Amino acid sequence: MHDNAHHDVDYLNEGKGLKSWLFTLDHKRIGVMYLFGVLIAFALGGIFALLLRTELLTPGKTFVEADTYNRFYTLHGAIMVFIFIIPSIPSALGNFALPLHLGAKDVAFPRLNLLSFWIWGIGTILALLAIVLGGVDTGWTFYTPYSSNVGGAVTMMTFAAFVLGFSSILTGLNFIVTVHKMRAPGMGFFRMPLFVWALYATAILQVMATPVLGITLMLLMAERILGIGIFDPALGGDPVLYQHFFWFYSHPAVYIMILPGMGVISELITAFSRKNIFGYRAIAYSSLGIGIISFLVWGHHMFVSGQSAYAGMVFSFLTYLVAIPTAIKVVNWVMTLYKGSISFDTPMLWTLSFLILFTIGGLTGIFLGSMGTDVHLHDTYFVVAHFHYVMMGGTAIAFFGGIHYWWPKMFGRMYSEKPAKLSAVLVFIGFNLTFFTQFVLGSRGMPRRYYNYVPEFQTLHQLSTLGAYILGIAFTIMALNLLVSLRSGAKATQNPWGARTLEWTHAASPPIMHNFHNTPTVTEGPYEYPVEGQGVTSTAQSSV
Amino acid sequence: MSTIVKHHHAHHFASSAQEFSAAKMGMWLFLVTEVLLFSGLFLGYAVLKSLYPEMWHEASKHLDWKLGALNTLVLITSSFTMALAVNAAQTNHNGEKTARTVKLLAATIALAGVFLVVKYFEYSHKFHEGILPGAAYSYGGIHAPNAHLFFGLYFLMTGLHGFHVVVGMGILTWVLLRAKKGHFYSEYYTPVEVGGLYWHLVDLIWIYLFPLLYLVG
Repeated sequence: MHDNAHHDVDYLNEGKGLKSWLFTLDHKRIGVMYLFGVLIAFALGGIFALLLRTELLTPGKTFVEADTYNRFYTLHGAIMVFIFIIPSIPSALGNFALPLHLGAKDVAFPRLNLLSFWIWGIGTILALLAIVLGGVDTGWTFYTPYSSNVGGAVTMMTFAAFVLGFSSILTGLNFIVTVHKMRAPGMGFFRMPLFVWALYATAILQVMATPVLGITLMLLMAERILGIGIFDPALGGDPVLYQHFFWFYSHPAVYIMILPGMGVISELITAFSRKNIFGYRAIAYSSLGIGIISFLVWGHHMFVSGQSAYAGMVFSFLTYLVAIPTAIKVVNWVMTLYKGSISFDTPMLWTLSFLILFTIGGLTGIFLGSMGTDVHLHDTYFVVAHFHYVMMGGTAIAFFGGIHYWWPKMFGRMYSEKPAKLSAVLVFIGFNLTFFTQFVLGSRGMPRRYYNYVPEFQTLHQLSTLGAYILGIAFTIMALNLLVSLRSGAKATQNPWGARTLEWTHAASPPIMHNFHNTPTVTEGPYEYPVEGQGVTSTAQSSV
Repeated sequence: MSTIVKHHHAHHFASSAQEFSAAKMGMWLFLVTEVLLFSGLFLGYAVLKSLYPEMWHEASKHLDWKLGALNTLVLITSSFTMALAVNAAQTNHNGEKTARTVKLLAATIALAGVFLVVKYFEYSHKFHEGILPGAAYSYGGIHAPNAHLFFGLYFLMTGLHGFHVVVGMGILTWVLLRAKKGHFYSEYYTPVEVGGLYWHLVDLIWIYLFPLLYLVG
């Protein structure tokens, strides 16, 4: 449309002022706005985590009453799940990278993309309003009948989650159409970077699962406002039905959270091993496989909710199936490292940290998928630790690795390596201290969400809190380092990592408004690194 | 009136054909989300009906199947006029069918209005009897317990559907105003096509709601 504009201006300088950002249709700017938005949400959710860990330093009251503590963990969970993790990688990094990866000028529906950002903003404001209006103490799962009758701003918080769901649906819809319709000439499905495959599988889940959350939360609001009674046993309804509804969305939702992280890791591990990914097709298909299986496992959240034992057995079996595509991915990542020329730049440190933490998280999931052990571990700190190993040790760590990887492309600046590496290592230490102790606490019987505990657990609780403080310090270092780089970081070259995907090989750092001067024509796979010592491009490895 | 306004595809598409197929795919995906949104209510229906089959039977008889049937007829007719409107836009080569497109869209919107008027009379009759959603329910004419659950779901399902009818009227009005300006012709009629897809879904959902709510008694 604006062919008279100077095409050498990068997207950050095309238009100035707040308005040029808030009304932009550019996927890169929308991605950057999401990035800062979700990072602020992460900081807020993190503050609640530090507060609740501080309260748990001693049994009984440390500095707040039980009611306040209940609000702390609910807000920590609701903010981290609905406002931070779900949009984190797809909406921030995905928005930025997807069209670049495909050789496209933008996503299929740029206006819808902006709308989805605005809806995210509105949902976030509603959630903050719910905090101001008296908070919520139901836990992020809003289980009925407690949530349908208790006081506080539950309706407002439910409405906020409902609105945030629309943002997620619209992003998913946009990405599916973008992958199908916007690929550059020569960009076949099997030449797409694996991050795109992961985003695609995620988008399918966002489109297919989130509407069910929408209707669930709408029914919950109808319960609270009108007293319909569908989930309330006192009115003839069925509270377990709510759990089925909720987990039909929320189990696929944890794959909405982890799949994009897996995609980021596939990019990073090949870039910093300087070697074609091992098992490209296996990783691509396993993303879809995880997506499909994820719809069939929701019942493992209800092993002790009065679900029939036979249904439990089926759900338990199906849950085990998830381990197969997940293990395929991990094996392929490790095989990619084998005989690669590995460099330990900051994004690679996050990647290795992911491999260790996510594997622990995945393996401990098997204990919970098995009915016998789950009866013992259900609703204990073991569940909390497992969940954090996959969600934080997996998704969040991959997200921060991805941020450090794409940062030079996004802003055209390099950050300082030393503080960046220090923060990555500190996060690894702090994280294990916080959550490994919780595996021990949980297997000894410490129930989740409790305000009080027996004195024997105090040492482990204090170690866990110490780990949380280390995490707080590590993320502060990381944030300051990144912010400083925006002002005084060295200028980034077009391809500082020597990576092979289109945003590095064909677009400037930072890219121009329409990404590429000429639409690239793709002639090879995304990871064609020269083989060491031969100086030729290898294609043999891609046919695994 | 008979001139047409040429459409230029947005800058990030390589061609109008790419733009059209993207828009169509986007709408189909959106319809998937709509079906899944309603699926929760259908599942709730199935569970409650299996818990209280006698009550369901008795309560369903208190809905007026004649008005339901009338509304079914109204919506099916509106789907027909919608399909004709898409066809008119599709075969509008030089603006000779612009007026026909506009008329058919107006007929579709008018039929949607008729549907809502009938629904209004149904609702107000129920409210008058004390059949209200949720805790306000005070009707004493049904002997089986928990009849408020049937009517709670009735109001939620038809209410959410009615909301979709209102949104559809808004969308079709926007399409009509653009059609009037001559924006749609054989080379470009994407909004008519995707608006029509949406409208057919609204119709389709009602076709399921009618027997499940009005005829199961």
